[in-house]
Amino acid sequence: MMRSEPRALQLNEHGQLKHFLTLDGLDKTLLTEILDRAESFLSMGEQSVKKVPLLRGKTVVNLFFENSTRTRTTFELAAKRLSADVINLNIETSATSKGESLLDTLQNLEAMQSDMFIVRHSDSGAAHFIAEHCTPNVAIINAGDGRHAHPTQAMLDMLTIRRHKGGFEGLKVAIVGDIMHSRVARSQLQALTTLGVSEVRLVGPKTLVPSFFAEMGATICHDLEAGLKDVDVIVMLRLQKERMKGALLPSESEFYRLYGLTEDTLAWAKPDAIVMHPGPINRGVEISSEVADGKHSVILNQVTNGIAIRMAVMSMAMSGQLQCDESPMAGEDK
Amino acid sequence: MKLDLEGPLASMKEQLSAYCEKKNIEDAIVVGIHTGGVWVAEQLMSVVPTNEALATLDITFYRDDFTMAGLNPKVNQTSLPAIEDRHVILVDDVLMSGRTIRAAMNEIFDFGRPASITLAILYDLGQHELPIAADIVGQRLTLNPDQRVKLVGPDPLSVSIMDTH
Repeated sequence: MMRSEPRALQLNEHGQLKHFLTLDGLDKTLLTEILDRAESFLSMGEQSVKKVPLLRGKTVVNLFFENSTRTRTTFELAAKRLSADVINLNIETSATSKGESLLDTLQNLEAMQSDMFIVRHSDSGAAHFIAEHCTPNVAIINAGDGRHAHPTQAMLDMLTIRRHKGGFEGLKVAIVGDIMHSRVARSQLQALTTLGVSEVRLVGPKTLVPSFFAEMGATICHDLEAGLKDVDVIVMLRLQKERMKGALLPSESEFYRLYGLTEDTLAWAKPDAIVMHPGPINRGVEISSEVADGKHSVILNQVTNGIAIRMAVMSMAMSGQLQCDESPMAGEDK
Repeated sequence: MKLDLEGPLASMKEQLSAYCEKKNIEDAIVVGIHTGGVWVAEQLMSVVPTNEALATLDITFYRDDFTMAGLNPKVNQTSLPAIEDRHVILVDDVLMSGRTIRAAMNEIFDFGRPASITLAILYDLGQHELPIAADIVGQRLTLNPDQRVKLVGPDPLSVSIMDTH
């Protein structure tokens, strides 16, 4: 079956977000609009009332075929802050585990008048597949699919970088660790290059940093010191041992010795460098506790920013869905 | 076409001062609706008996036409102090359908229950779609269907009537 182009599938005829599946094909203007929108929601999070009626009456289904407490919780909180009704589908006890096909499950959820599916799946392309087969008035948000993409995680990382660094121009960013299995790294690389950073370095052992990433605009580094030299941003990734079929590493302690971020190795970066991690953190495997909890760490800011980014994407996608058959109106209602 | 701004503003100040005195409104919270309402509210602060700084409201996330018009590209920050049992003077540049004011009141009530809300409007276009009317009106205007009032500011503040096509 022919696959729809990501851009054509994600945007409506007015160029507005209809689904959010991948950052591939999305331009700087749209990514900046997502970041700006998230800033608005972030400031709302500082108020005593953290809820707006934007998605009142809409039903959002968290469709998690793969576990993730943090991502699911932040999507749920984001939807609830937009006043949507949220259903968390427990896949362990759902019909798919009894043999029902994914499409049958989808059709049942659509028949319940759902408006948005948040999809997490261990297979690459699952969210894309669902977007191709769902009815036109349902928005699909990819919450991570296989090794392919994790666009909301990448965008919350972009928001964190912009808030701490003021922008992207001229920044050097190092993404360190298990690049090969990381959908986060792929989406981050697309976002960073689109937003105009000067250099993205992918740092790790040859077994975990394939050379083909150079074709996507990254600099490949197998030496940590060279990779961290004078960078503004360090993104540490979790070793995804559950996705490793063979022995790609001698040992965790060996990895930590060669690629772990400690106070000593952090000193190779710029003095004001920020340290990020999409979580969950393996302390003493990718990063030391001193750095994870230290003054350079913005890891908890990433979590806060994640709610705002998810609110932004959900509200924009829902607006794009509803405008499929309608022309946008100009002007303000007074 | 340029509109007179000084006359309606002076009228608003006079009406608002008398209104606050008559209703015994003291230490009110003046709330300007972004963007034009904030500029007008700044002009009115001097006649309102209050120690509070000007508060601001952006009703983007409370609009009832989100599904048709999408989201405004720029959302300003809502900044309100504690409003429970306080008198609120809500200020906007134009009252047309009344939907912006409905959204603003919904947002205000998400912050608490004010003692009262007084609505002050620079230009009332008289095309109300909801049972909402202003207490203070700078000037009532009757426009053709394809005309809109456009306020430019904040310094200098000026106002004109624009054709929409």
